Amino acid sequence: MRTVSAPARKLEHGRVGESVLRVDAIPKVTGEFAYSSDLFAAGMLWGHTLRSPHAHAEIESIDISEAVSMPGVHAVLTHEDVPGKKLYGLEFADQPVLAINRVRYFGEPVALVAAEHPEQARRAAEKIQVQYQPLEPVVDPERALEQEDLHPERPTEEAGYFNDPRSNVVRTIVIRHGDPDAEGEVSVSGVYELGIQDQAFLGPESGLAVPDGEGGVDVYVATQWLHVDRAQVAPCLDLRPEQVRIHLAGVGGAFGGREDLSMQIHGALLALHTGRPIKIVYTREESFVGHVHRHPARIWMEHRANHDGKLVNVRVRILLDGGAYASSTTAVTSNASSFAQGPYAVANALVETTSVYTNNPPCGAMRGFGAVQVCFAHEAQMDKLAAELALDPVDLRLRNAIAQGDILPNGQRITGSLPVAEVIRRCAALPVPEPEALPRDAIRLPGGAGNVTRGEGVKRGTGFAVGFKNICYSHGFDDYCAARVRLFADASGELGAEVHCAAAEVGQGVTNVILQVARTELELENITLAPHQTATVDSAGSASASRMTWMASGAVQTACRAAREELESRGGSLASGDEVDVERVYRHPQTWPLDPETGQVQGERAHVAFVCSAMKAVVEVDTELGLTRVVWIGTAQDIGRAVNPQAVYGQIEGGTAQGLGLALMEEIQTRDGLITNASFTDYLIPTALDMPPVDAVLVEEPDPDAPYGAKGVGEPPTVVATAAVVAALRDATGLELTRAPVRPDHLAGLTA
Amino acid sequence: MRITLTVNGEEREADVWAGESLLFALRERLGLPGSKNACEQGECGSCSVLLDGVLVCACLVLAAQAEGHEVVTVEGLGSDGRLHAVQEAFVQTGAVQCGFCTPGLVVATADLLARRPDPSEDEIREALSGNLCRCTGYAKIFDAVRLAAGAA
Amino acid sequence: MDVLTPRTLDEALRLRSEHPDAWPIDGGTDVLVELNFDRARPPALLNLSEIRELKGWSRENGTLRLGAGLTYTQCRQDLRDVLPALAEASRTVGSPQIQNRGTLGGNLGTSSPAGDSLPPLLVEGAEVELASVRGERRVPLEEFLVGPKRNAMLANELIVAVRVSPSGARQTFMKVGPRNAMVIAVASLALSADRERGELRAAYGSAGPVPKLVTAPLAERASFAERVAEAAQPIDDVRGTAVYRRHALRVLTTRALERCAA
Repeated sequence: MRTVSAPARKLEHGRVGESVLRVDAIPKVTGEFAYSSDLFAAGMLWGHTLRSPHAHAEIESIDISEAVSMPGVHAVLTHEDVPGKKLYGLEFADQPVLAINRVRYFGEPVALVAAEHPEQARRAAEKIQVQYQPLEPVVDPERALEQEDLHPERPTEEAGYFNDPRSNVVRTIVIRHGDPDAEGEVSVSGVYELGIQDQAFLGPESGLAVPDGEGGVDVYVATQWLHVDRAQVAPCLDLRPEQVRIHLAGVGGAFGGREDLSMQIHGALLALHTGRPIKIVYTREESFVGHVHRHPARIWMEHRANHDGKLVNVRVRILLDGGAYASSTTAVTSNASSFAQGPYAVANALVETTSVYTNNPPCGAMRGFGAVQVCFAHEAQMDKLAAELALDPVDLRLRNAIAQGDILPNGQRITGSLPVAEVIRRCAALPVPEPEALPRDAIRLPGGAGNVTRGEGVKRGTGFAVGFKNICYSHGFDDYCAARVRLFADASGELGAEVHCAAAEVGQGVTNVILQVARTELELENITLAPHQTATVDSAGSASASRMTWMASGAVQTACRAAREELESRGGSLASGDEVDVERVYRHPQTWPLDPETGQVQGERAHVAFVCSAMKAVVEVDTELGLTRVVWIGTAQDIGRAVNPQAVYGQIEGGTAQGLGLALMEEIQTRDGLITNASFTDYLIPTALDMPPVDAVLVEEPDPDAPYGAKGVGEPPTVVATAAVVAALRDATGLELTRAPVRPDHLAGLTA
Repeated sequence: MRITLTVNGEEREADVWAGESLLFALRERLGLPGSKNACEQGECGSCSVLLDGVLVCACLVLAAQAEGHEVVTVEGLGSDGRLHAVQEAFVQTGAVQCGFCTPGLVVATADLLARRPDPSEDEIREALSGNLCRCTGYAKIFDAVRLAAGAA
Repeated sequence: MDVLTPRTLDEALRLRSEHPDAWPIDGGTDVLVELNFDRARPPALLNLSEIRELKGWSRENGTLRLGAGLTYTQCRQDLRDVLPALAEASRTVGSPQIQNRGTLGGNLGTSSPAGDSLPPLLVEGAEVELASVRGERRVPLEEFLVGPKRNAMLANELIVAVRVSPSGARQTFMKVGPRNAMVIAVASLALSADRERGELRAAYGSAGPVPKLVTAPLAERASFAERVAEAAQPIDDVRGTAVYRRHALRVLTTRALERCAA
């Protein structure tokens, strides 16, 4: 069998604060790095998932008799073959491992096939006879509140949330701050809408499940959180946790889309049934239906302010479509409500956020997690307010910038670093490039290679946006990260160390962070990182919420210091063959939940810490055809402190590209709940001709609570980029543009 | 059906299903999973290989069409255990994050620099416009191309 | 499924007549998508990529004979001076990888309403050369395209070449897509101002069941954009609306006239 995680690696030279080459870069450029779709085992079979062609239907019967007798087929499984719990879920177990009597979204898994060749598995799946009785799909999130409950058991009901009796509510949060009726001298309002964005990571969902011959199973998979996978997989297989070992296979991007399970239980079920290793690799089409998306949103906002530009009251109503199953919708709901007013101090606010179940594609985590949607709305509002007050938009933002000591609408006082005014000033000061002269090659004009303009209809615009979000898990979640350090002496008596941490390397570079921290703390040359797996170390928590740098740094730092203490207690050296082996758990400062009635935090803080960013975008718009070219982007981002500056710039550039994508082209389209563009032909992500150069300024103001002062950096660029790019489009066209992504017909003024 | 082809300078044989792509044959039959399977419809470039010296998407070539032809994959770019200049440049500039697009981009860049040793900014962008990257926003990839061009 | 790989055109035509259900495949950029996405399982594939007679292009008297196996990259590089709109269109096809592999014959065979090479070939009055074991025939491209992904090729025929007598007229190609590279046309337009024939010739793509030619006397330039937009029969789909497509054709035609008939 190919080794799955990269083998133990030599530490590159470099400590916290230095740019360090990626430890996995060489195997990645040579093609040797083993991603979850690259695995192979002797005797391996291919798994295939039969999925629902309906968004909502009763299943009257499933007949597998013809499928099981097809050539090469070793197993055909349905929900009846799930030995343990039939439901699973990240927050609430509301999703069937395989559909039971009803399907609630297009692409929901119904049955599984294992065969010798993927083509045999596909042909056999075609022979599974499923009798569906189609039902009217619930597809409008507003109407969902009055339609039949898709989950009559109301799985989220006793979670301590505001009691919202309406149908299909996943969660409602109401935050009342100050006097929610307070009047200002002026008021602006608007309704904003965002479509469904997809993570569109390039590595399709995939993995290998290998039965251990003793009733247990090893699953090699690309995931963001090994231990939460195990916590969901084991009960469905009716196995003890230690019988399920999850190993991190190479991850081809994640961006939130690998927080939920994909093939883990399915592969394990087939492996245990057939006694053979099972490989499952989704096609791109399957990937689009096989993972959760960014929540589409409808947002109403009213900003009340005085003539001096000071915000008086921000009133917000947010509706999020969670799709068929809860996934992390409740946490996205809480984030959207937490950041709805933007990084501004305001004495009064009323924020009502509701998320609903529908028969649309399930939505969950994606980079920016609720903050992207509200940033699009609050920044449009701030520009509108600036226009109403005839104030400079940057100046208006500076006047209201939140700072240490200020209180958020949920009652939390800002205690850590949050240099909002500084990122605004630094970003605003970035020089904007001069317009390029005409004529230019088509690829330097809107429409690019399409050769549609030589300058006709082209107008230039500049936009500015500021946003913020939380770092780490919030609202009382027991968020921790474990690390284990083994110090040993080799044959020559030289000290070495092996670090274990289950932090998922999803491309963001956390393996480097771990090694840089270990090197800084242990002051050793010979340090290796053990493969990521559940069997040898406790949970690291999720590679999500911009938390992994903070948490892994804390855990590795703590474990390294404990190992050194142990070493000191043994006289500071080890005999050959001796070792120190310590595991430590790191927890960030405690957080508290919100009061379900008032939305006020029930302790010192709801969120651990915050991170902010400002971005300026310059665009050219072909105003007749509605095509665009983003010319340049400048940004100043609060990062606390850079652990690996080269990687920080990489995160900012990449995060910006995803926000730009949502502004201009990225949307999962549905018709009656069915996805109509599940391919890279019709779900478009930015190419090399769509991304401008990004001038990034790192604002380093170490956070007092963070190990080394370092905050996460992955999400803020995505949070602000959509807002900044659309603001630039508004500046170029004079159109209101209240919906993202902005489509050519909007920009050409053909639709409202 | 059985096919014979030259892969990275070596004659190889493989039993393939008639409807199989060259990409599947490379990855699953010939033990060369370096070429990646991101979209399987020619919309991402992750499976870029050289077929008789021409840059193509291996997912859109029928395995049977490669019979008697010469294929170079990302695994065949370096020599004697040394990285190709393009691979070295990708490592140095931080052009790799998750790395799933990297093999295709490395092959596409090597192809570009073989044809245009000193490409302009526009030529770099257009030559790589068929290779999607979801992590980097391309900036460091362009840095890598410039670095490799300078090194060549 | 089986793969048949003839080495000569004669052998290919014989196999074609014996296996009329076999799908011809050359560059594979359309066929493999159908196979990879499990949308089709033809009984056999007729692999044309080894046939020398289909490659490259030649000039016979004043006529260009473009082999069915001519790639977009070759069109882009070799035909820039003689068929500039086709060269421009080739630059917009998919990605460099697709341009290296995709062929004119494949674009004709697929007969997609969005086929990028079709509008410039229509403007230049191209003919499709079809062959079977019974002989050869030539069909004007306008007649060859009979519906979305349907054409006049018979089950025993293969597309062998495209014949064009270059007009030498000023011409251009433009393609609208919501991304600046690698898109399927939401609407496209080729246009030439043929002073010799005294004619404006435009052909649109992705705005009707087939790419279609629209002509008018040079003197009717002022109304030509409207005429092209009116001739189109666009639909709403996942890539764009009918209203937008018609609007885009109006804008593209106006701009193309500036480029070619100024």
